[in-house]
Amino acid sequence: MPSAPDTATAAHNARRMHRAELMRRLAARLTRGEAVIGGIGNTNFDLWAAGHRAQNFYMLGSMGLAVPIALGVALAQADRKVFALEGDGSLLMQLGCLSTVAALAPRNLAILVFDNGAYQITGGQPTPAAASGTDFMAIARGCGLPTAAWAADEAEFERMLDQCLAADGPHVVGLKLDNQKPAAQTERDPAQIRDRFMRGLGAKRSALPG
Amino acid sequence: MAAESTDATATPPLAWHETVVAVLKANEVRLVPYVPDNVLRPLIEAVHADPFFTTFATAREEEAVGIVAGGCMAGTRGIAMMQTSGFATLANVLASLPCAFQIPVLLLVSERGTLGEFNIGQAMVWRTMRPVLESLAMEHHTITRLDECAFICDRTIKQAVATQQPAALILSPLLTGGKVPAAAAAKA
Repeated sequence: MPSAPDTATAAHNARRMHRAELMRRLAARLTRGEAVIGGIGNTNFDLWAAGHRAQNFYMLGSMGLAVPIALGVALAQADRKVFALEGDGSLLMQLGCLSTVAALAPRNLAILVFDNGAYQITGGQPTPAAASGTDFMAIARGCGLPTAAWAADEAEFERMLDQCLAADGPHVVGLKLDNQKPAAQTERDPAQIRDRFMRGLGAKRSALPG
Repeated sequence: MAAESTDATATPPLAWHETVVAVLKANEVRLVPYVPDNVLRPLIEAVHADPFFTTFATAREEEAVGIVAGGCMAGTRGIAMMQTSGFATLANVLASLPCAFQIPVLLLVSERGTLGEFNIGQAMVWRTMRPVLESLAMEHHTITRLDECAFICDRTIKQAVATQQPAALILSPLLTGGKVPAAAAAKA
């Protein structure tokens, strides 16, 4: 079973990790065509930097919709694991989606929250959640996702990824980040990204190369 | 000429919501997230009752658009249902998700704010709906007549899918009866 809430690492004790490093660790674990939805900005930039996969989708705008998009994919393809990668500022814009996920309880969905406490891409302004000490994993548990927990460090992140991949979800994992800048920028070509993603999920066939 | 309309055994025409359900099924539109609306209630109840559909309420209309976009890209067509004021929350996500990525996200909007609206907030926000659709160059059709309902719904869905573009179907009070104030409804 995933970590019980009463043993979950408190947010303030979680080690602040490098986003790009966590993305590399995630990418290395994805061997079964798992779908990954990268939230806007630096979250999907570092997903891109970890190496493009045909089952990656990189958002461009629509801040806050990584979890809903991933939920749609998860409902459409119940046999495929789906990861939503969402920033703390983005999730704060669309907290209601956690109740929707809990209500539907898709077994194949995992949500990774990348929490640097700031709107890094717009100049590092602190989020109101950071200023107030808002605990996103406590919110997720309160929404009905009882296994939501912070990863204490990289080793625990790896163990939690094992759970996401092996056990029924929905899963929610919180990751505290340092303020390291993203390692690259995603190519901003949404029609191409959508086309490749659909092919990667087997939802589109095309004789065109790509 | 035979008076075919007086045939007592003729099947009565489907109600607008029955027509919409039939068209959604014929076009394999299965994923139906919605934010509730009183006028849409018979349609919402019908899709809940039919196991063909995966239907559920979302907290915001933006979420419903994201879910339909994800479902579409994974091979399951969907439609997000809402009322006019909910549509008014969507300009950013429509522009940057289905429009920019060319995803055939379908919207079904129950039109409030006109033809007898009693809430000035609804009437004000109604003014923004078609200008937003026009400025996004989104295909949209308003259904006012029962005899045109199936054709407009069917062709709009087929075009959206074939051209990989989002589209909106607007259900006019002329079709649905709209929402009337409780006092007026009690007198009726």
